[in-house]
Amino acid sequence: MKIGVIIFPGSNCDRDMMYALENVMGHEVVELWHKDADLQNVEMVVLPGGFSYGDYLRSGAIARFSPIMQSVIEFANTGGLVLGVCNGFQVLCEAGLLPGVLLHNNSHTFICKNVFISPANHASAINSGLKPKAYKIPIAHGEGRYFISDEDLKKIEDNNQVIFRYCNENGEINEAANPNGSLNNIAGVCNEGKNVFGMMPHPERAADENLGNTDGQDIFIAFFEALKLTV
Amino acid sequence: MNTTYPTVNFDAAKELGLNEEEFLKIHEILGREPNFTELCMYSAMWSEHCSYKNSIIWLKTLPKDGPHMLVKAGEENAGLVDIGEGLACAFKIESHNHPSALEPYQGAATGVGGINRDIFTMGARPIAQLNSLRFGNPKEARTKWLLKGVVKGIGDYGNAFGVPIVGGEVYFDECYHQNPLVNAFSAGIMEVGNMISATSKGPGNPVYIVGSATGKDGIHGASFASKDLSEDSANDIPAVQVGDPFQEKLLLEATLELAQSGIIVGMQDMGAAGIICSTAEMSAAGKCGMDIQLDKVPLRQDQMEPWEILLSESQERMLVVVQKGKEKEMKAIFDKWDLNCAHIGEVTEGDTLQFFWNGEKIAHAPAESLVLGGGAPIYYREYRKAAYYDQLQNFDISEVEEPKDLRKVATFMIGLPNIASRKFIIEQYDSMVGTVNMSTNNPTDAAVVNIKGTNRALAMTVDCNSRYVFADPEVGTMIAVSEAARNIVCSGGLPSAVTNCLNFGNPYNKEVYWQFVSAIKGMSAACEMFKTPVTGGNVSFYNQTVLKEKTEPVFPTPTIGMIGIIEDKKFITTIPFKEKGDLIFLLGQVREDINSSQYLVHYHGIENSPVPTFSLEAENALQEQLKMTIRAGLIKSAHDVSEGGLFCCLMEKSMPSGMGFDITIPAEIRPDAYLFGEGQSRVIVTVKQEDEADFIDNMMLNGVAFDLLGHVTKGSIRVDDEDWGDVSEYKAIYDTALENIINT
Repeated sequence: MKIGVIIFPGSNCDRDMMYALENVMGHEVVELWHKDADLQNVEMVVLPGGFSYGDYLRSGAIARFSPIMQSVIEFANTGGLVLGVCNGFQVLCEAGLLPGVLLHNNSHTFICKNVFISPANHASAINSGLKPKAYKIPIAHGEGRYFISDEDLKKIEDNNQVIFRYCNENGEINEAANPNGSLNNIAGVCNEGKNVFGMMPHPERAADENLGNTDGQDIFIAFFEALKLTV
Repeated sequence: MNTTYPTVNFDAAKELGLNEEEFLKIHEILGREPNFTELCMYSAMWSEHCSYKNSIIWLKTLPKDGPHMLVKAGEENAGLVDIGEGLACAFKIESHNHPSALEPYQGAATGVGGINRDIFTMGARPIAQLNSLRFGNPKEARTKWLLKGVVKGIGDYGNAFGVPIVGGEVYFDECYHQNPLVNAFSAGIMEVGNMISATSKGPGNPVYIVGSATGKDGIHGASFASKDLSEDSANDIPAVQVGDPFQEKLLLEATLELAQSGIIVGMQDMGAAGIICSTAEMSAAGKCGMDIQLDKVPLRQDQMEPWEILLSESQERMLVVVQKGKEKEMKAIFDKWDLNCAHIGEVTEGDTLQFFWNGEKIAHAPAESLVLGGGAPIYYREYRKAAYYDQLQNFDISEVEEPKDLRKVATFMIGLPNIASRKFIIEQYDSMVGTVNMSTNNPTDAAVVNIKGTNRALAMTVDCNSRYVFADPEVGTMIAVSEAARNIVCSGGLPSAVTNCLNFGNPYNKEVYWQFVSAIKGMSAACEMFKTPVTGGNVSFYNQTVLKEKTEPVFPTPTIGMIGIIEDKKFITTIPFKEKGDLIFLLGQVREDINSSQYLVHYHGIENSPVPTFSLEAENALQEQLKMTIRAGLIKSAHDVSEGGLFCCLMEKSMPSGMGFDITIPAEIRPDAYLFGEGQSRVIVTVKQEDEADFIDNMMLNGVAFDLLGHVTKGSIRVDDEDWGDVSEYKAIYDTALENIINT
């Protein structure tokens, strides 16, 4: 698959994402510069983590105005595959491509650690091939508390748009396993069309076997297998 | 400029931190009276911070050459070591103590920014950071305020900049109450031969300032860092700089593109003493002059005087000299990253630095006369053995009462602030960005960092038990170097090179200077023993607080940053127990030694005792043996014995694995000393039962002492056949003890 990874000024997980997709997963990866509008005919766009434009305002709030994002919005609205991780998820929410917002963690501190997530359902490409178990994936964010209005929460739950929830290592979803205060332990969501995905945990940080945890690689493998079936 | 400058005389010089001798020397160099701007230039460049005037004589005695060295100490912004496969590692440690004492958030943040600039200004991409932090009593409100500010400052800057914090240390002791220590370490990777030098060459070549605009922050920061902290220090807050990690990230990417472009002549980051320091040092290194138009420097605020522009320590800036005719390429790179890139001058023939303001020459001086190794003063300071040293030798272990309930002592020890988990601090740092931190899921004594695309890894660590250094500066510093090397060896690496951060009190105090000189001697001896040359670092004097008539010096703290090479990832050895039934061995000599231990200080309240017994030869023999046994594939886990002694070492192997241990205490030693004493040069390893014979054969080769302690259990702790509970009981205390103190 030809995948484009967007580089905003302040992106800092761009190289990690490219390494995971190219060196670990074996896909063709191109860099998409924020000032360009050309998506270079990629089949999928990935928005990596980092602090786009410094995130001094609100995470992801400025990135959505960049030239590349105008093309990504058009691409997504015509069914194109888009994945945002961490800051990428925040940008997709700010751009209106995904429902909800990401607020300051309830601890009011940045949190970087391994957490566990489990697939909320098997309704979209990113979780359809996953086992109903806990995957150990790191988080690293200060603003990761997923929030949405009650009405819209019901809608995304009913539509199976929640893709991952925080859980403990036994797969139990409870408050103790919720690292940031996210509503319903939500760690990731997709859009109604199930072609735009966003998640706070970093699968690319659990992809390289040198790091002693390949649960993120398992998520990527299942995702790309599912995409093959749908294409 | 309409401003009236202060009259230049001895009083003005003194106000700027120059003494009479130095003031007269400036006259001699210039052959005339300096004007105020020039006086400011010399004041900054001849400050302790920039000139190392009170330390350089001794620093020059440190071992500098080693088989892997690509750059000698002090020649460039950081040391550079050949790590194989055509790659080099640039690494350095630096202090930001004084700014952090006044404004912990910005002080620590800009420390992180500064050390990373030192690395990428050489053309290396930073891949890992560590830090060494020291505070006063954690129960004090001031300590909580400092710790929270420093941790948030390091986190906010480093997390946005995007380089993982892979390790470090946090210590508490009363002596750091007013004057915390914040030492930041960074390491970066580049291809051998691609290094950018901090030099200026080729008359006519354009000189640029790139990155952030210049403001009034940090003016006289170098002079501020060169005096004692006092009650008046709060007035110096404008001397603390303000950091912007977003600008630093852009500057990193732009700089690395520039490094690849082939148009660059030299580059240096702007740290202490801003433009004056970078122009002087680059010109002196390249033996040429420079004309600088200060009115062309992009400013952040109006009404800045030329001397303020020269001295400003605004962050995220670089001075760059590029080849004449390549101005367009230069501009294109910085335009891409939306960064300032202002052409502010030219390289000239000769050796004179000339500064202009709207066409008028406002200051000039020979570049060489300003810098370390050139005209900057060098002092021999007198020193005298500290009076306390002999008193410490009166300590007698037999006067220390043996506690009846050792299990109770064990739970006390595991919750001590200097031993308990630092998890709540570490989790505020991004430790995994870059996807190279191999210690996240497999904890190791030194942080292990993957070098992608090779079978190699780097091990890196920062270490110093400053209580030992206080007890005996020479031996204590040997121990600091030894512990760093031991951590690297335990992790499966081969110690390679050292960077140091020398935090001491006032060098004009003869006893403090004795601590400094002794520490250098100890460091030299140890670095020679382990063949780990000292590639650079920094010296931070004046770490003491003057309160009314009393002076409180910090413990002498020569923090050692060390890197090691793991030539094959299969040698990586981790801390946790692996399997129930594995045999637990102690490598190294058992001694009845509780000197300067956390146990003696905190359980018994005895502050005064000598340094633990130590021999460099024995340490080296232990490390050589361990390197060999690891490479023979006989070690399943390894962890060195340090603070909290053997018991805490075993617990640190237990807690991440959930597995316990069953051990027997030898009859001939006091049990409290055996469990909690900090006898040096010891490592606890585990060995598979079926490898026992091979392990013993291997250990017999060199005569290093070793003992079978016991074996790994499923989860229970047993000492001398007594039930000491389950690992989880200790872990509950260990995980929360420090966090509870800081957050209440």
